[in-house]
Amino acid sequence: MNQWKNFSKGFIKENPVFILLLGMCPTLGTTGSAINGLGMGLATTFVLVMSNLVISLIKNLIPDKVRIPAFIVVIATFVTIVQMVMQAYLPSLYESLGLFIPLIVVNCIVLGRAEAFASKNSIFSSIIDGVGIGLGFAFALTVLGSVRELLGSGKIFNLNVYPEQYGMLIFILAPGAFIALGFLIAIINRLNKSKA
Amino acid sequence: MEYIIIILSAILVNNIVLTQFLGICPFLGVSKKIETAVGMTGAVAFVMVLATIVTFLIQHYVLNPLNVGYLQTITFILIIASLVQLVEIILKKVSPALYQALGVFLPLITTNCAILGVAILVIQKDFNLMEGVVYATANAVGFGLALIIFAGIREHLEMQNVPKGLKGVPIALITAGILAMAFMGFSGIV
Repeated sequence: MNQWKNFSKGFIKENPVFILLLGMCPTLGTTGSAINGLGMGLATTFVLVMSNLVISLIKNLIPDKVRIPAFIVVIATFVTIVQMVMQAYLPSLYESLGLFIPLIVVNCIVLGRAEAFASKNSIFSSIIDGVGIGLGFAFALTVLGSVRELLGSGKIFNLNVYPEQYGMLIFILAPGAFIALGFLIAIINRLNKSKA
Repeated sequence: MEYIIIILSAILVNNIVLTQFLGICPFLGVSKKIETAVGMTGAVAFVMVLATIVTFLIQHYVLNPLNVGYLQTITFILIIASLVQLVEIILKKVSPALYQALGVFLPLITTNCAILGVAILVIQKDFNLMEGVVYATANAVGFGLALIIFAGIREHLEMQNVPKGLKGVPIALITAGILAMAFMGFSGIV
């Protein structure tokens, strides 16, 4: 398989958030600001790459019947590693992401890639696939986080774009997450249709 | 009184779906019809309360005494996964009727982040067992409330004339946003 295609599919054609609609909970829950979205995206990318690597290494050792629990154990191990490293070196990000770090375990993107890709393909292409899908996820979260932060408080990545009092606070709060994502997906659907 | 505060806050103020963003996948996935929404709610409530009790006991009688709190994530997800399997097997044997109603939803529940989320939150908030059970039940009710209201709205939405680009998921998300806005009105009561 063409590795470049394998890598780039995660961004647009098979973007886990905008097209496949997977991993909605962290997408909505952690995108109050662009930084949080990016942090969550990169944490998930790490788990995705490492679990893809390990699962494709041990794919021939796991009996077919217990493969899902085995995958979950591998994924949970890497989530715990991310959790501990973040707690030690990025405590403020760890605080603001909170519950969503351990919840990477139940992110359907990670288990989905393990089942659909890593358990069938070679080690190298599994890593590339993990990096591609992971960065696609991080990209989507950063875009959504930037949009919400910009509309809500007039900033992107904490840089002022316009005075804060003109911001619509609702976009930082819970309802804004749903509405912003709804419109983003609508725009992407529209663009995809006009291309085809 | 404490229990009333826990219940009101879990159902209305900090609704698990609309303000905490847990369990969005089933919220979007099975909300096209009210009947499936009710079935999903039943399955989630059942597993959520059971999982909270078991994970609470494991945390306090196994993980804490052994000083291995960092194994929390890995232990909890394994407990939940095996619990779901167990419930499925038992239901099939004991109550085929209930299995018929909930069966399809059970496998989906393992990857429902609401279950793991509530189990972890109970530990984080330092509840005792009784408070934990009340909290889990209230969250299940909150999940059901949001899901069933949303399913009711979506049934009507099917017949409306929606702009092409917004059809399907985008309009559902925007509806959920407006629903979340309505729930924000409760934020002062506790």
